[in-house]
Amino acid sequence: MRIGVPREQGRLVAATPSSVSRLVALGYDVVVEAGAGAGASLADAGYAAAGAAVGSADDVWAADVVTAVGPVDREPPAGSFLVAQLGPATNPGRVQALAAGGVTALALDAVPRISRAQALDVLSALSNVAGYRGVVEAAAEYGGMFGGQITAAGTTKPATVFVIGAGVAGLAAIGAAVSLGARVRAFDVRPEVAEQIESMGATFVRADAATQQVSADGYASALTSDQEAAAARVYAAETAAADVVVTTALVRGVAPRTLTAEMVAGMRPGSVIVDLAASGGGNCELTVPGERVVTPGGVVVLGYTDLPARMPRHTSELVGTAVANLLALVTPGKDGHLVLDLADPVVRGMTVAHAGEVLWPPPPVAVTASAAAPPPPPVEDKDAARRRTLASRVALALGVVAAGLLVSVSPPSLAGHFTVLALAVVVGFYVISHVSHSLHTPLMAQTNAVSGIILVGALLQIGSSSWVVTLLAVVAAAVASINIFGGFLVTHRMLGMFRRGGGA
Amino acid sequence: MNVTSVVQAVYLLAAVLFILSLAGLSKQETARRGVLLGMGGMVLALAATVGLALERSERPVAVTAALIVLVLVVGAAVGTWRARTVEMTQMPELIALLHSFVGLAAVLVGYGSFLTDAAAGATDTVHLVEVFVGVLVGAVTFTGSVVAFLKLSARIRSAPLTLPGRNWLNLGMVLVSVLLGWWFARAATGGLLPLLLMTVVALALGWHLVAAIGGGDMPVVVSMLNSYSGWAAAAAGFMLGNDLLIITGALVGSSGAILSYLMCKAMNRSFVSVILGGFGTGDATAGGDPSAVGPQGEHRETTAPAVAALLTAARSVVIVPGYGMAVAKAQYPVADLAARLGDRGVRVRFGIHPVAGRLPGHMNVLLAEARVPYDVVEGMDEINGDLPATDVVLVIGANDTVNPAAQDDPSSPIAGMPVLEVWKAADVVVFKRSMATGYAGVQNPLFFRENTQMLFGDAKDQVEAILREL
Repeated sequence: MRIGVPREQGRLVAATPSSVSRLVALGYDVVVEAGAGAGASLADAGYAAAGAAVGSADDVWAADVVTAVGPVDREPPAGSFLVAQLGPATNPGRVQALAAGGVTALALDAVPRISRAQALDVLSALSNVAGYRGVVEAAAEYGGMFGGQITAAGTTKPATVFVIGAGVAGLAAIGAAVSLGARVRAFDVRPEVAEQIESMGATFVRADAATQQVSADGYASALTSDQEAAAARVYAAETAAADVVVTTALVRGVAPRTLTAEMVAGMRPGSVIVDLAASGGGNCELTVPGERVVTPGGVVVLGYTDLPARMPRHTSELVGTAVANLLALVTPGKDGHLVLDLADPVVRGMTVAHAGEVLWPPPPVAVTASAAAPPPPPVEDKDAARRRTLASRVALALGVVAAGLLVSVSPPSLAGHFTVLALAVVVGFYVISHVSHSLHTPLMAQTNAVSGIILVGALLQIGSSSWVVTLLAVVAAAVASINIFGGFLVTHRMLGMFRRGGGA
Repeated sequence: MNVTSVVQAVYLLAAVLFILSLAGLSKQETARRGVLLGMGGMVLALAATVGLALERSERPVAVTAALIVLVLVVGAAVGTWRARTVEMTQMPELIALLHSFVGLAAVLVGYGSFLTDAAAGATDTVHLVEVFVGVLVGAVTFTGSVVAFLKLSARIRSAPLTLPGRNWLNLGMVLVSVLLGWWFARAATGGLLPLLLMTVVALALGWHLVAAIGGGDMPVVVSMLNSYSGWAAAAAGFMLGNDLLIITGALVGSSGAILSYLMCKAMNRSFVSVILGGFGTGDATAGGDPSAVGPQGEHRETTAPAVAALLTAARSVVIVPGYGMAVAKAQYPVADLAARLGDRGVRVRFGIHPVAGRLPGHMNVLLAEARVPYDVVEGMDEINGDLPATDVVLVIGANDTVNPAAQDDPSSPIAGMPVLEVWKAADVVVFKRSMATGYAGVQNPLFFRENTQMLFGDAKDQVEAILREL
């Protein structure tokens, strides 16, 4: 089958030369519209070198499979496949039109959030870029340095960045802001992400009343009114203290209102708000999607919706890889033939239109991680444990008594030997317990060598007047001395291999 | 002051040196000094013994001296040759073989002691019992170690031998030995026959004990035999009235016992159940029908280039090797991989399960031989806490030691065994030949986890392919 890659309105493209070569390896013919990669600094020659044909827009749209970043404004012919961001939740009319046109549409922005599908998740990839770029935009707007500086001419304080929502975009924003040296605080209504926030180097803002559970398919769901009120108090307090606020809350493509005009008015002049949810209407009341707004109070509100497209090279690379991963999933035979397996929850989730029908929304996907019930707490059978302890104590006591009896009935010389044995066992126990696990093999070789001390007994018998005894002793001494020499040398050899890192 | 008292003083010094030598092995920094102390102790003990042997010689001193020089030369030649040429993967075999030597020496010394006394007409019951016990322990150690050696070197099948009523058989042999012991003590100087009979029974017992234990339990068996060889030396010490032998034997005996205990704990098995044998002998034998065992599911396959890309993007990587890595001789490319990733700023560490390999600590030696610095090689308890914050875990030739069923599935045969919690990392790549089960014959749900990818094929080839991609 033939895959078409059109030139799009923005600077992004759904294939790079490296993803094209993967598609070719899957058995597809690929046709790329002339100039498709220009916005991302990818030349037509590169695509051609990777095995694609370079053609016109009509060539591309006549292909069996059309892959685009989206949004798309043109429909492929009936019976073909369209792989792009289609916004099925926000733009149902578009999906209906595709279904009516007989197109099988796979929405790149409807990938179920299960681990197996992560490699296809364009939304995550774009969010990641958006989070990074959002901080870069904020840093450009902010009239100071993110990292605190100590210079001879004085000291500047680091900027305080407050990130709302620790999804993919939020975590990327935290990472970028921390790397620039800012003091980062972050909040999320899902308390379980606290660990992730902290692992990125930010402080998690705790507000117990404002927390919620995650839904089965891994996306955040809407809050109750009590939780909203509690969250609003947190936002007001944190934004007032922040130099830069990054909001990232999107619930299924729609942005809940988190920052009111009142809260923005409480911020210092010169502060910056980056609304990464502007495409869904914006988390901030003052956001104008796609625009930079300066409030009367001097706060800059950035509502750019094209943040990923401002980094066209890497974004195109990520989208291209995701598309190639998707096609690898739906091309089980690696024969250039797309097989739509609607029993696969990943494919089913992404397929929004097929055979004239709208298949959105998909049935919910149960995520094993959150669906699994917590294991029942181990029931400790205290009685059994106590009985076992008692039994072992009794056994120990009997052993001590038996040993005592044995020593008391044995001749004095034997009692002396038992004393030596008991003390040596105790010493051995303490000494060996401290041996590092990594040295257990050398320990065994060493004890092997040491137990060759039985050679002492054999040597003393060699001088016996009986030839039989001498013979036995010679054999015993020979094997025991092999033990001694072999054991010590091999231990020494092994220990010589252990070395520290860093050339020390 | 005579020769004997000087010798006693030297023995005391040697015993102290042996204790210090084992104490030195507790840390990497002092381990080599520990070996040197042990060698020093041995040289002192042997020098003193040779002096004593020459003084007590009942033959011309020159003959005795010549024989002593002969055995030392033979021992030194053979021992040095083995120690220099042995492959680190063959360490378990060498160690098992050396155990058998101690057992053999104990038996021979026991016979020598008995024959000497019988010729002199001495009939001290206590001494007879000592001889008897020494020969018994020595014989069990000897054949047990020989079987372990044969199994480890794959000269015989490592599957457990399951004779009907094998536990009764063992018990019967022990009882017969006790009866023979009673006869031997009664017969006094004429007891050569019961001693010989007992030796045969004890040899059979040692053989059968170890033959009944499967390949997966070999770390326990080898440490157990280590312990036996110590007790055999201690028994010889009682027999000869030699405190140095008793001290040394007790040190070795408790060392082996502790190692066995640690191994059993790491496999969540009781010592008794290992000794009674038959792990993996039930319905879930390795090589049986894996589809009948445990949960199945869909696994994801990956390729060497994809793993290379994953590793390039990672910030922290943990490599969990199992004996499969050593079988594939993949430790050298794995060490290269670790070094290469380290140069790129990736934090690479190794996580070692206590029972990885065929000996306690075997994997550490194999990695050390491949020039992996020991400070990046960590034990299970050290690494488990860090796994949730790890980007990529590479599981190379390990299976049961990374099986989540040990924690999640109370009905699993390995339930409760401590395992490396690799599934908590962001991504897990499992290098494996096929989907076959491990030693325990248990299916591994790790392979079907959503964050797990399988890389099939020879571990060495695959790691080398990854290296080329990097």
